Amino acid sequence: MTAVHPLMVSLLTAGMLLAFRKNRWAMRLLSLAGGLVHLGISIQLFREPSGMLQLGSWPAPFGISFLADRFATMMVLVASIIGLAVLITSWIDVESREEKLGFHPMVHVLMTGVCGAFLTHDLFNLFVWFEVMLMASFVLLGLGEKRVQVSGALRYFALNLVSSLFFLSAVGLLYGWLGTLQMSDIAIRLAQTEERGLLLGIGALLFLAFAIKAALFPVFAWLPVSYPMPSFGVSALFAGLLTKVGVVAMVRFYCLLPADSTLQSFIIFAGLATMVVGVLCAIGQSTIRRILSFHIVSQVGYMVLALGLFNGLGLTACLFYLIHHILVKANLFLVGGIVHRIQGSEKVQECGGLASAYPWLAFLFWIPALSLAGLPPLSGFWAKLLVIRTGLDQGNFSAVGVALAVGLLTLLSMIKIWNEVFWKPLPERTEPPPSRRTLAILAAPSVALGLLTILLGVFAQTGIEWSDQAAQELRPQVVLLEEPAE
Amino acid sequence: MEVLLAILVGFLYAAGVYLMLRRSIVKLLFGLALLGNATNLLIFVAAGLQRGRPAFVPIGATEPKGPVADPLAQALILTAIVIGFGLLAFATVLTRRVYDLQQDDDLDALSGGEEDV
Repeated sequence: MTAVHPLMVSLLTAGMLLAFRKNRWAMRLLSLAGGLVHLGISIQLFREPSGMLQLGSWPAPFGISFLADRFATMMVLVASIIGLAVLITSWIDVESREEKLGFHPMVHVLMTGVCGAFLTHDLFNLFVWFEVMLMASFVLLGLGEKRVQVSGALRYFALNLVSSLFFLSAVGLLYGWLGTLQMSDIAIRLAQTEERGLLLGIGALLFLAFAIKAALFPVFAWLPVSYPMPSFGVSALFAGLLTKVGVVAMVRFYCLLPADSTLQSFIIFAGLATMVVGVLCAIGQSTIRRILSFHIVSQVGYMVLALGLFNGLGLTACLFYLIHHILVKANLFLVGGIVHRIQGSEKVQECGGLASAYPWLAFLFWIPALSLAGLPPLSGFWAKLLVIRTGLDQGNFSAVGVALAVGLLTLLSMIKIWNEVFWKPLPERTEPPPSRRTLAILAAPSVALGLLTILLGVFAQTGIEWSDQAAQELRPQVVLLEEPAE
Repeated sequence: MEVLLAILVGFLYAAGVYLMLRRSIVKLLFGLALLGNATNLLIFVAAGLQRGRPAFVPIGATEPKGPVADPLAQALILTAIVIGFGLLAFATVLTRRVYDLQQDDDLDALSGGEEDV
């Protein structure tokens, strides 16, 4: 297995699916088969990361490089799991009109873009994968008919396009300056340069571009208006993967840069501000997906904070947090989908009584919710512990304090959903309850993701070791840079 | 020439941002198109301008004669133009949908009614 195999599978599946647009079940089965093959390949790739691949056998800085290191393969595996979960949910969740309009091919194109962005080792190529991913997400968002949906899609489109243009400008300037776009080569050349001003300028452009994609404060406004708009499956897919691609790109680029305390404190500040603003905004929201959307913003802040702390356990914490968060957040959106299916609404005031009527659903909600808030023994506890430990090690006590406080506020939001949706008495029923089959299909991916969250919590040592190895592989570039060029 | 193009790029960025800040959705689209073109020009200038030296290999030869313009920057711009074209085509359709749904070109009118998801 090499780095391009997962991409080829997704793209081929998407292409074949276009031929079956008339037949709903053929499309579903083919789509599922594609997802399964993708998962198989991702597992294989994760077990044996194949390393660098030069497309067309062009030698290193000239051709386009793909790098399947531990970090990339780990992310591809998690993305593949989320993709499969959403494909199963979509059997119930997505309207047949949307399926005919190309839901399935677009999910696979999106997976191609996401995995491509994880695996590529060329800055311009990263831009192209971003666009592939964005194009698919635009279409998935725009499939809806309602005014709010289209409105959300338009804002998502405009802001992400601006971000892409920032990215492209930075790529152009970087190429004009260093004459290379291959990431390792960029790192080597940056190590030899003395021009701090140019580096900071281009770095700031790139950081802004990735910050918009990752929805950092103050450029996160597009996220809460667009993520709650499509069907729940699509929301889960976006919530799990899209902002995280921005974070991954940020991690990759940050590892290329020479160590710089100004940049570091700036990133730490961006992370802290994002955490606080996200979690405070979430408190005031009244629909499940809007609450969860603001928590995406807040949680991305934790990852960026960990990236900013960087040294010691910082990078490890960031990578572990990424994996934990993708699994948990997608799961929460899927559980939200089940609630919506049962109650016919996602406004928390209009829901209620689910804890007595559907105790298993309450349990399914508790797992990701408590993990998100960081309660032991779930994965979120270890992720937060790593971040806080790093903060303590580096003597950054204000960051530690904020991280702890935001964790408590996250718990507050989760308890709000719990109280309103599950605990308070059942309001007057208007709709008949969904059939057992419907619920089983919707719950299956959620059960699987919940199980993974528990496993990642119980066997946290293994997960942290993986993250640590991945971080060690990312680090040499920086070590190389910290040595003065002779 | 570089200075002239640099000023042009700056002007295009300014015009693009100005258009994007207006309330009209169509102007938002034009603004995005201008920003896209400005970015392409920026890559072109940043990679260095070469006059009258196309990156072609003469027939029968194995390498180009003398120094040539950097073909990679041109390839990047070409890719960016194609992607930008696709995005703008999509944006046009999206704008049409917005107009069909609310019979208005006003971005502010669009932001109402967020709560009725």
